[in-house]
Amino acid sequence: MPVKNKPTPASKKTQAAKPSQDARPSQDARPRQDAKPKAARPQAPKPAAPAKLDGSKTIVEFMKKAGVEYVFGYPGGAVIPLYDALYGSGLRHVLTRHEQGAIHAADGYARASGRVGVVFATSGPGATNLVTGLATAHMDSVPLVAVTGQVPTTSLGSDSFQEADIYGITIPITKYNYLVKDPRTLPDVLAEAFHLAGSGRPGPVLVDVPKDVQISLIEAGEPKPVDIPGYCESPEPDPAALETLSLALGLSQRPVIYLGGGATIAGVAKDILTLAERLDMAVVATLQAKGTFPDDHPLSLGLPGMHGAKYANLAINESDLIVGLGVRFDDRVVGNVRRFAPMARIAHVDIDPAEIGKRLPVDVAVVGDLRRVLAMLLAKVKMTPRPEWRRRLAELKRLHPMVVPPSQGAIKPQAAIKALSDRCAGEAVLVTDVGQHQMWAAQRFMSNKPRHFLSSGGLGTMGFGLPAAIGAQLARPGVPVALIAGDGGFQMNIQELATIRQYNLPVKIMVINNGCLGMVRQWQQFFFSRRYSETIFEYNPDFAALARVYGLAGRRIEKPSETIDAVAELMDAPGPALLEVVVEREENVLPMIPAGMGQTDFFEAAEEDGQ
Amino acid sequence: MKKTLSILVQNRPGVLSHVAGLITRRGYNVESIAAGPTENVKITRITLVAAGDEPVLDQIVKQVRKLVDVISVEVMDPESITGELAVVTVSAEGAKRGELINLINILGLTLTDVREDSLTVMAAGQALAVEMALTSLGPFGIKALARTGLVSLTRPTGRQAKEDAP
Ligand SMILES: Cc1ncc(C[n+]2csc(CCOP(=O)(O)OP(=O)(O)O)c2C)c(N)n1
Ligand SMILES: [Mg+2]
Repeated sequence: MPVKNKPTPASKKTQAAKPSQDARPSQDARPRQDAKPKAARPQAPKPAAPAKLDGSKTIVEFMKKAGVEYVFGYPGGAVIPLYDALYGSGLRHVLTRHEQGAIHAADGYARASGRVGVVFATSGPGATNLVTGLATAHMDSVPLVAVTGQVPTTSLGSDSFQEADIYGITIPITKYNYLVKDPRTLPDVLAEAFHLAGSGRPGPVLVDVPKDVQISLIEAGEPKPVDIPGYCESPEPDPAALETLSLALGLSQRPVIYLGGGATIAGVAKDILTLAERLDMAVVATLQAKGTFPDDHPLSLGLPGMHGAKYANLAINESDLIVGLGVRFDDRVVGNVRRFAPMARIAHVDIDPAEIGKRLPVDVAVVGDLRRVLAMLLAKVKMTPRPEWRRRLAELKRLHPMVVPPSQGAIKPQAAIKALSDRCAGEAVLVTDVGQHQMWAAQRFMSNKPRHFLSSGGLGTMGFGLPAAIGAQLARPGVPVALIAGDGGFQMNIQELATIRQYNLPVKIMVINNGCLGMVRQWQQFFFSRRYSETIFEYNPDFAALARVYGLAGRRIEKPSETIDAVAELMDAPGPALLEVVVEREENVLPMIPAGMGQTDFFEAAEEDGQ
Repeated sequence: MKKTLSILVQNRPGVLSHVAGLITRRGYNVESIAAGPTENVKITRITLVAAGDEPVLDQIVKQVRKLVDVISVEVMDPESITGELAVVTVSAEGAKRGELINLINILGLTLTDVREDSLTVMAAGQALAVEMALTSLGPFGIKALARTGLVSLTRPTGRQAKEDAP
């Protein structure tokens, strides 16, 4: 039997002899070459003796060369040498108020920019505070490098003060991780870590650096070219599979592109637009792909799955060809594998071979970088108008419109989000937290550009939004960044308001205050006969006042008539500002397909629920 | 169904945790896993016998292959050379003892420990032979058993030598 090796790499060795922070190599974002002289060297260098740097300086100098713009982090005992090397180094550091805040900020930075986000934390509790952030980034394929301090190698394994086996803890939630025991390997480890984080299917990489490694002197020098024998960042697409896909596209009458985060990462918005328009394909886009195909395009059907519009799921149900591009067919979209798109052939394009056939069998699979695959595909497929399908899509939209429900006194959260969307007019980067507000935003906030809608999808991490907005604002200084958060999740990293203020980041925050853990309350209403077990907040702080205490502008509204004006005030505020919108408590996210159900099994909320 | 995977990995610290962790967290069914050095000091070979239906086995192969330290994954075919070592303590009391010693001799097992009530033997060889030995010893009463798990190599492809064909 032939040896089944990893797919042939397009190029065996990476050209990245120099570390690169870019998730995608692109001309404009190559690593900045060492413009500045290195940190002070001895005045009279002894001849022949190679320069030495300690581990900490090695890390800092490496990051500067790699073009790292910001490090997000929080110091502690095991990283004092690292922070000492940072001091006055010119590498910019953002001090958050919690390590979880730091890693979500690095994540938001990475999602908004496409570059590798960097986070530092100390050993033990500092490192374990990164866990949620690593898992969040891992699920959504976000490129991160986390550097953690560790107890000295001589104390490893002895339960010493602030020792935690962060290497062991993070194996399942990182793309790869390192415990650096030999200081001499540090330059190569760093080069590999950045390469792994940003290439192929991106993901978080953790580098655990014991304190003695941080202070050991090692010879300064360029890392070796990255060469990881079994790692294939860009598998070569199989021409036969591509041919089959292009034939299937030609034969289909009702094709649907099912667009995922992989398309956002690959930076192929233009090609997708060309493909969809040339072949008259409907496009549904997951949370991670929102904006990568313009929401306001006639062929766009928005979010598929559990909280997608009816027309999106009905179109999937009627389709005869689903083309998944950089998707996972995950359970929030494909609730029931057997009932998904019963009339359709399924094609799947992904850079990760392990995604093919993971949840459901596919008819055509192309493994490769979407950028290459789409370029090859576009060279094959010809203009194919499908007026019948377009008519049907328009009809579905007309029959099942996504409306904003009318107010019965209180502000409808959907209306507040719609007002923010109208005000932002597709220009702002929108960050969300997790819950009902997230789904209303996904349904109703108009996004027309890639990397302009940032949300924790795969892990659904409450508390992600506020710190991620910090990272996004630093990544896109000239662009308005808005955050929509719930009253629950906002309190999960609320301490980062101080970070916003300290760095004067003009983030605009809308807190949708429904006085409850709305999404869980909704499930309890629908599936647990309204037994609201621990989902109602009997106390909430005055969020607007709280914002003011942190030095942000703060306003609270309760009447529908105030919405438009308050949203304008929020977005026009010169600095950071918060708008607390007190909304209808028992509002639900609809439509809804209950977990495990098929694309047309819409949950019909009872009349009494006012839907 | 079952598949035997021969996995070459970079010999880095933690590599076994990465492979074993993957198996447990994805809930795969693994019958045996054996790791050891290869002809190259930088490379370790892990032989893994997994059970499941075709799509599951296919996923295991892909997920294992995705691990950064994994250099290659070979799905072994029945023609490969597959061996195992088992150490087994068998009850040997009374009249059955003579019968057991006979069997041990017939099967060519190595007797490694002799007690009044038990005999301990080593069975090493082709996977099938070890399996057969254990089945034959079963009725005597197996008191303790240790197995290494399968190791496997693809049969070399050079022209077969006449004089000492297996
Ligand atoms: C860290 C974390 N804990 C718990 C959950 C489960 N959960 C999902 S949505 C939700 C409610 C969120 O409430 P809120 O932030 O007020 O948003 P709303 O749904 O009310 O808009 C909860 C508890 C989660 N996703 N993340
Ligand atoms: Mg709430």
